[in-house]
Amino acid sequence: MTESLQAAPGPYFGDFGGTFVPEALMAALDELSDAYDKARIDPEFTRELDRLARDYTGRPSIVTEVPRFAAHAGGARVILKREDLNHTGSHKINNVLGQALLTKRIGKTRVIAETGAGQHGVASATAAALMGLECTVYMGEEDTRRQALNVARMRLLGAEVIPVTTGSRTLKDAINEAYRDWVANVETTNYLFGTAAGPHPFPAMVRDFQRVIGVEARAQLLELGGLPDAVVACVGGGSNAIGVFDAFLDDASVRLIGCEAAGHGVETGEHAATLTAGRPGVLHGSRSYILQDQDGQTIESTSISAGLDYPGVGPEHAFLHSIGRAEYRPITDAQAMDAFRLLCRTEGILPAIESAHALAGALDLGRELGPDATILVNLSGRGDKDVETAARWFDLLEEDA
Amino acid sequence: MSLVTARLDEAAAAGRAALIGYLPVGYPDVETSARAMVAMVEEGCDLIEVGMPYSDPVLDGPTIQQAAEAALRGGVRVSDVFTAVRAVADAGAPAVVMSYYNPMLQYGLERFAADLAAAGGAGVILPDLTPEVAGDWLAAAKAHGLDSIFLTALSSTPERLHITAAASSGFVYAASIMGTTGGTPVSDAAERLVADTRAAGAARVCVGLGITTGEQARKVGAYADGVIVGSAFVRQLLDHEGEAGIEALRAKTRELASGVRSAR
Ligand SMILES: Cc1ncc(COP(=O)(O)O)c(C=O)c1O
Repeated sequence: MTESLQAAPGPYFGDFGGTFVPEALMAALDELSDAYDKARIDPEFTRELDRLARDYTGRPSIVTEVPRFAAHAGGARVILKREDLNHTGSHKINNVLGQALLTKRIGKTRVIAETGAGQHGVASATAAALMGLECTVYMGEEDTRRQALNVARMRLLGAEVIPVTTGSRTLKDAINEAYRDWVANVETTNYLFGTAAGPHPFPAMVRDFQRVIGVEARAQLLELGGLPDAVVACVGGGSNAIGVFDAFLDDASVRLIGCEAAGHGVETGEHAATLTAGRPGVLHGSRSYILQDQDGQTIESTSISAGLDYPGVGPEHAFLHSIGRAEYRPITDAQAMDAFRLLCRTEGILPAIESAHALAGALDLGRELGPDATILVNLSGRGDKDVETAARWFDLLEEDA
Repeated sequence: MSLVTARLDEAAAAGRAALIGYLPVGYPDVETSARAMVAMVEEGCDLIEVGMPYSDPVLDGPTIQQAAEAALRGGVRVSDVFTAVRAVADAGAPAVVMSYYNPMLQYGLERFAADLAAAGGAGVILPDLTPEVAGDWLAAAKAHGLDSIFLTALSSTPERLHITAAASSGFVYAASIMGTTGGTPVSDAAERLVADTRAAGAARVCVGLGITTGEQARKVGAYADGVIVGSAFVRQLLDHEGEAGIEALRAKTRELASGVRSAR
């Protein structure tokens, strides 16, 4: 039997991962790593996390078969894992509750977070309110405009939202600003990182907090008749994708497909398809794929979806890509928005634009695999936050409304 | 003995700390930035830190970010670093490059070390790399006789101070505050960090972050082997255009140089 790929501990995933950070953060990362290693196997911690998942998030999330949507996917069977139904509207809450509990364990009183779509920021503000922590969220100025509703939500929840005006004014710059805050306030502050990227222990820890998605879905699909032929998820930093993939990693018959944001098209250079068009390098604390120029300067990414608009990707995805265990495909803005509208109209489900990239991937894959195939799609979030963007895309607003 | 340690020891023999000045290459353009570095040598900087601008500078505050972003918009390349290094070396001061890791990695670590040595450079300061993950760089640096300068922080554990002191050559860079360049003024805790870093085995310890005035340089120069100044110099170039910038830089250098000369 070959070695299991599941729940890999880090810090390295093949050639990828590691801890590439300023010395000032090393003590905090070592502390976090130690605390997590203890918490992970402490029944009190896991019991509390399970309780919150059940009584607060609303887990397990259901699965929904979507036949009217699937009719457009070559007639394949399409089943959605409904992370959109979680409290706060996306998978991000799974990770944040774990990290916030850990913050309490290490005795820190303040949390900071970066956010792109605002979902991780909303989840962080929510967990901070629940657990009595102070919360500051960094968000690129461009994203505060794209996701104004989520900015208001975070403020209602008592968080301070700081628009970031440096660099490209999107997620990567929000991460830089959060790092600067962390260096300056590390004694009181823990960084709730929003995706399965960054320095160790974040990629493995965030994956562990998200792996419940795949564990539940695998059991739910077995009950519905068997393992799927493919599991499809969108990939920004990669947390919802690795969360749904992990439980299937050792099921050789199950194809794992990550959908990256291709923006205006990979060939235009205006995209966020890191594994498709990037090269290995070091950004934000770990070695992975990056969109970068010849000199290693990060290239600004482009996507209609703020949550996928990131020029990096988590190191475990770089590893799964390198060994061919997972495939990564680019999905353009237009493909994602078509799939977005299709799910709304055929099933009455309004997906997040991020998740619509996975839906578009499933439409293509269904046509490739045909009517005998079963495809599991991780519906990572709901689209309430995206109504304005979608209305503009489809020209649904009254002229002077 | 390396160019860096020789120069630090010369300053020590003269009964003072060395003054180490930072500027990013490419602001306002490559040629002017190199000339500005030479002007700093002429006015009393003992060593120059040649900064490579980077798109994601997590340890830099607004002042250096602003100059670096402008340099990147102006099209600065990694190879421009070697132009500035050559100018500084010709002016008679050791030049060390301050670069985030990814630009060096993408240039090729071996090629970077070879080109830096060929330009007369003395070493590299590595703000976002710790010794544990620096193996490939350390091998290349050693092969080309370059110093590798790592940082210690107020948050460093005793064990980490030992690791950092053992891996560093030239000097150890003690970051005086928990924060970014140009941030809050240098703290008193810096003196303890210098003592702890020495106790962990570092022969020479220089202090940087938050030093902007001659008075602060005097205070830090009383206990450190070198005083590192960045944002205060960059500020002069941001606030004054063209030759006026270089003149302002000369005046600021004189202020800091007299600070380290009145320390002990
Ligand atoms: C609904 C939703 N899906 C996906 C993502 C992308 O993140 P990740 O790749 O970490 O799952 C985001 C990020 O904001 C999101 O809000």
